[in-house]
Amino acid sequence: MLDQNQKPVVLEVEGLRVYYETPAGDVLAVNGVDFQLYQGETLGLVGESGCGKSTAAMGVLQLVVPPGRIVSGQVLLDGQNLLDLSERELRKLRWAKLSLIPQGAMNSLNPTMKVNRQIQDVINAHLDRTSKQEIRDRILELLQMVGLPERVYHMYPHQLSGGMKQRVCIAMAIALSPQVIIADESTSALDVVVQRVVAQTLLRVKEALGVSMIMIGHDMGLMAQMVDRIAVMYAGKIVEIALVKDIFDQPAHPYSQLLIESVPSLKEHKPLKVTEGITHDPRHPPPGCIFQLRCPLVMDQCRQQEPVSQEVRPGQWVACHAYQSSEADQ
Amino acid sequence: MGSLSIKALVRRLCIYFLTIWVSATVIFCIPRLAPGDPIAAMISRMSQQAGYVENSDKIIEGWRKRFGLDDTPMTQYVRYLRNLLRFDMGYSMAFFPTTVSSMVKRALPWTLGLLFVSIIVTFLLGNFLGALLAWRRTPSVVKMTIPVTMIFTSIPSFLAAIFLLYVFAFRLHLFPLRGAYGRGLQPELSWEFISSVIYHGILPVSSIVLVSFGYWALGMRGMMITVEGEDYMHLAQAKGLNPFYTLYRYMVRNAILPQVTALAISLGTMVGGQILVEYIFSYPGMGTLIFTAIRNQDFNVIQGTSFILIVTTATAVLVIDLIYPFIDPRISYANSSIEKGH
Repeated sequence: MLDQNQKPVVLEVEGLRVYYETPAGDVLAVNGVDFQLYQGETLGLVGESGCGKSTAAMGVLQLVVPPGRIVSGQVLLDGQNLLDLSERELRKLRWAKLSLIPQGAMNSLNPTMKVNRQIQDVINAHLDRTSKQEIRDRILELLQMVGLPERVYHMYPHQLSGGMKQRVCIAMAIALSPQVIIADESTSALDVVVQRVVAQTLLRVKEALGVSMIMIGHDMGLMAQMVDRIAVMYAGKIVEIALVKDIFDQPAHPYSQLLIESVPSLKEHKPLKVTEGITHDPRHPPPGCIFQLRCPLVMDQCRQQEPVSQEVRPGQWVACHAYQSSEADQ
Repeated sequence: MGSLSIKALVRRLCIYFLTIWVSATVIFCIPRLAPGDPIAAMISRMSQQAGYVENSDKIIEGWRKRFGLDDTPMTQYVRYLRNLLRFDMGYSMAFFPTTVSSMVKRALPWTLGLLFVSIIVTFLLGNFLGALLAWRRTPSVVKMTIPVTMIFTSIPSFLAAIFLLYVFAFRLHLFPLRGAYGRGLQPELSWEFISSVIYHGILPVSSIVLVSFGYWALGMRGMMITVEGEDYMHLAQAKGLNPFYTLYRYMVRNAILPQVTALAISLGTMVGGQILVEYIFSYPGMGTLIFTAIRNQDFNVIQGTSFILIVTTATAVLVIDLIYPFIDPRISYANSSIEKGH
């Protein structure tokens, strides 16, 4: 795959499959996802609700809860496959190298613990022999980094607003200076003003630490501002992955095109584009392309053969038969 | 940390005293509504022993006067309340001239000790087992064994008491049949006496614990499962914390909160359950006292003992209420939020 600026790859996901067991058969929530995350890069993972983006993130974090299970794949962090690690090794590595900014900011903090104790927990669990004074200074420094006043140190989660809680979560995520942070729709529960503040905090912290980040979300406008590359997911697969600019200027996959078109504009009042067709039963995906039931450009080939991801422009990878020929020409 | 304003404290104390007043009134009414006459009952008991009691009419008349039973109910009620304020609960009618307060004074420590131990053991054991039932890492052998131990949950405590008494005291002779301490011992602070009290207390405590811990275990299990689905549990796992630390500091710590509320609510029931257990083990506590008093229609003792038990329970609930803000930081009596807690 592409390595535009010759940046080293921090995280590599290969053929990740996460299924949910149901009485009527497995739901193929994540069905063969591959991507690479470069050093210092922010990768946006977008797609509609239920497309598997959060599940993919949980697969990377090894936090898939039953009835879900990781069926196959590799998650290489620093060349180490997380799926091979024992529980103990995994626990050591968690948060120290790979941390999470959770989805539900409102309930992500333990209601019976003060903010400082919750941040202290991760420091105690992963760093040996840190003095009380050092921990205290570090926590205050972290709170300052995310723009929270010092008094938050002694506060309980219920005394904080939603935006403040989310910033506490950000402070907690960077406490051990991890290599990769996964932000799972971390701003979607907030109103736009707070969302902006939190997003700016996130961006600032990220720049300061040079950490790589995966941002999951469905707010295309926010994504456009925050991320370097975007991976578009549909029904458990990444259908297109490209630089933000390319995705917005010339989306290649028909689903990406629909997604970009449906971003509401402030200037013009355009009718919402309604997509034809329905999403398939996630237990029994049709043979061939997964988007065939809703695709406006569907061809015979799409119903028989699964498209392979290929580079249509430098850095823009698309899994669609419509580009098969152009690939052959090049 | 939850805080407590003077205003909220005063309000809570008013509720406390109101509870006690209402219950004192109910206690006054109920024995007087029951059919029968305590003095006549006593005379008939005497005549059973002596064959014939001379001038029984005069005795009845004299005693009725002496106990003030001929006064109007209102006069009796006012006198009763006035005396209660001084903890003067009159004389026992069946064991005249023993005062009710001296009987209560003798019985109360035994009951409080038994209650305290059995409630603490029940609560801790029940919640511990409930937590184990819900924890994902508990070995499946343990998970299968715990429900079996709960078979006693569906029977009343006095039946469990009879069962334990029969098996462990009567058949196996492992434990004493009756009493609170060995014969010939004097209540004192010696190891011999204390060990005898513990030895005698095991069966009564067990019969209360056996029938009630399952209730706590099931409640705790439900709460644990609810807490497990919370986002902060997910994050705790992502944080790579020690699983035991996560269990008690994140899961149990939050799951136990509604259980403490339930404890305050169920205290009264637990006290009630103990009355019969005490009687079955001839334990010299309030339960035995109440039971005998009811059989003798001993108004004053019934009133006195019930009153003290109600005061005890109400005080325990008050204490739990007042410490609740310290275990759940979200609850605060700082402003007028006390009504939300009820």
